[in-house]
Amino acid sequence: MNKQILIAGFGGQGILFSGKFLAYEGLIDGKEVSWLPSYGPEMRGGTANCSIIISDEKIGSPIVDKPDVLIAMNTPSFDKYITEINPGGQVFVDSSLIEKKSERDDIEAHYIPATQLASEKNLSGLANMIILGMFIKHSGIIPFENIEKAMKKVVSAKKPQLFDLNMEAIKLGYEYEG
Amino acid sequence: MSEKVLMKGNEALAEAAIMAGCKHYFGYPITPQTEVAAYMSKRLPKIEGGVFLQAESEIAAINMVIGVSSTGKRVMTSSSSPGIALKSEGLSYLAGCDLPALIVNVQRGGPGLGGIQPSQSDYFHATRGAGHGDFHMIVLAPSSVQEMVNLTFKGFDLGDKYRMPTMILADGTMGQMMEPVSLDLGEVTKYDKPWALTGTNGERKPNIVNSLFLKPEELEQFNFDRYKRYAEIEKNEVMYEEYKMEDAEYCIVAFGVAARVSQNAIDEARKNGIKVGMIRPITLWPFPKEVLNKAADKVKAFISVELSMGQMIEDVELSIRCKKPVLLCNRTGGMIPTTKNVLDSINEAVNYGGAK
Amino acid sequence: MKVFEKPQALTDAVLHYCPGCTHGIIHRLVAEALDELGVTGRAIGVAPVGCSVFAYNYFNCDMVQAAHGRAPAVATGVKRSDANNIVFTYQGDGDLAAIGTAETVHAAARGENITVIFVNNAIYGMTGGQMAPTTLPGQVTQTSPYGRDVSKVGYPVKVCEMLSEVDGAAYLERVAVNNVKNVKAAKAAIKKAFQNQIEGKGFSLIEVLSTCPTNWGKTPIDALKWLDENMLPYYPLGVYKDKTQNAE
Repeated sequence: MNKQILIAGFGGQGILFSGKFLAYEGLIDGKEVSWLPSYGPEMRGGTANCSIIISDEKIGSPIVDKPDVLIAMNTPSFDKYITEINPGGQVFVDSSLIEKKSERDDIEAHYIPATQLASEKNLSGLANMIILGMFIKHSGIIPFENIEKAMKKVVSAKKPQLFDLNMEAIKLGYEYEG
Repeated sequence: MSEKVLMKGNEALAEAAIMAGCKHYFGYPITPQTEVAAYMSKRLPKIEGGVFLQAESEIAAINMVIGVSSTGKRVMTSSSSPGIALKSEGLSYLAGCDLPALIVNVQRGGPGLGGIQPSQSDYFHATRGAGHGDFHMIVLAPSSVQEMVNLTFKGFDLGDKYRMPTMILADGTMGQMMEPVSLDLGEVTKYDKPWALTGTNGERKPNIVNSLFLKPEELEQFNFDRYKRYAEIEKNEVMYEEYKMEDAEYCIVAFGVAARVSQNAIDEARKNGIKVGMIRPITLWPFPKEVLNKAADKVKAFISVELSMGQMIEDVELSIRCKKPVLLCNRTGGMIPTTKNVLDSINEAVNYGGAK
Repeated sequence: MKVFEKPQALTDAVLHYCPGCTHGIIHRLVAEALDELGVTGRAIGVAPVGCSVFAYNYFNCDMVQAAHGRAPAVATGVKRSDANNIVFTYQGDGDLAAIGTAETVHAAARGENITVIFVNNAIYGMTGGQMAPTTLPGQVTQTSPYGRDVSKVGYPVKVCEMLSEVDGAAYLERVAVNNVKNVKAAKAAIKKAFQNQIEGKGFSLIEVLSTCPTNWGKTPIDALKWLDENMLPYYPLGVYKDKTQNAE
């Protein structure tokens, strides 16, 4: 197994954070992982993306240019990467921010109004984790049981309320029937 | 063995430095290495005797490094390409004074202010022209976060062992990426430093740390002696890794992130029956000349994969004495060769001179 | 009976300075201060680039030779390595006030607990008499052959005045070594600068107005007179800052 995952959106949407969470998930599951952010001025409002690789084998390039999975959280990212997804791959789309639909018939597309759900459920700023919950359910590469352990690695122990909110967001996405 | 943790390359490197006994850090902010300074500013004040100081310039930082090193303690600085250029004066003085220190260059594109994306275009600077005068630094090129850790630890040791500056030549990718790392690094070897400035206490003759020798015969002798030490290093400290070289007919030479991309390309090419392997230099100085020269007797061609206009390729050509063709696969200015770029070069090598 | 002796803090090496140059006097004053304060054994000096580059051969304590202008940064490293070290730099005007201005100002701003001996003779000595940052208006040097024209190359840098505005500086005094009275005052100032460091009071800089008979083209006696008549009016002697009185 070698999954090339790309999470892309605007700076400030928690792209890097959800990527880090995912990498920890893989690590806890005994896989080889790598996490590589875009860096530079993007982090202050431009586009941000993050390459995550989860693999049974030693990882070569940490750069994901042909993803198996794309998590798209804004339209420019959707436009830029939708054609790059490997055949048989998946795309997860925040449909409250991206109106377009995938026109490819060789990939699996999932839509979730993550940003809208986040504001409805008082989980503002956690659209990233809601969409990640949906990804976890449909990708099948990460055991749901490990989620709490991974969350403990990325959320400071000093902020238990954040832990609960993030878990709630992931579960919301995991259980979402779209 | 301790549990592996996910760490950013820059932070893992900083932690490894602390584990190597480095309690003094001097630096100046510059992307993409600033996490090293930020990490040190958090950790060092909590350690007894630990000093973090943000200097007024890279020039001041490297001179503060010289000050601490002259007292015999482990010390480091880090920067990225334009900042490293400013440190060149100090690098030459470190070498001329026979002082150890660890210098980290998390490279970005150049020349000039250039860009902030990953690059390997300071290869010449690190291996050829780190400053004025006859000297070398030991240059270590990590290609994973684990190696950022291991080579930092090793770099301090080599510096003390041979009394000379050691450079970690990383790139923006190595600095920014996260991978699981083990921080089981073993014991720190302690070296006697009778030359260190510790105060005479009225009990010995003064120690002098100096690089000035106005008599040319004297300076020549110092340089000869230093190069004898360099010869020892070339004999004993070369590090490299081979990947699928057993039956290789084509040999990629790449370091850092270029080696990671090349690994993907090699796996792909082998699916198509092309026997390609890789020699990955871990020490860029001393360069693994002999292993490349031996490989030249077996393979049909070499491909140097680099994030520059082609700098290491000169060392590859020199090492194999131009016995075989050497192709260049490169991107520059902050661009990273893609797997496809490398595959294209492999195919070019296969078709070179009408072979196959 | 008191015998006039060479300070312990000076080696037996013969000074290479030109006849009539006052570097020798200043070396002696620094050495006397170290001895009298009993800190020669834990003193570490930083030599500059310039005429006094060989200071590392003359002071009988551990010494490091710094790149041009970088002595305060090197001294920062030495001091931060071990606060017990008594660290001093010995720098000329080109070294401290031109190429090393940033290092000087920022060591002062940080309040580094070091002692800086700044020898100002208004000229580059070692390279053969070029214009210094402290060369006086109208003064003829090899690179200001028609006299320093302030409309083209600007004004001399007054280091003590400049640093007196830097909050981190603890003690700044300008002295001269052109007569016995001034030499005695210089000695007291240098000793105080080291005493400040011993007491952890922070950054002390003593600017010593000095002569360069060779490059000024004067006899030693005339050089002393020239200093008196030309440098003193432009660079008034005195204490420019003293935070050590009410520091504790």
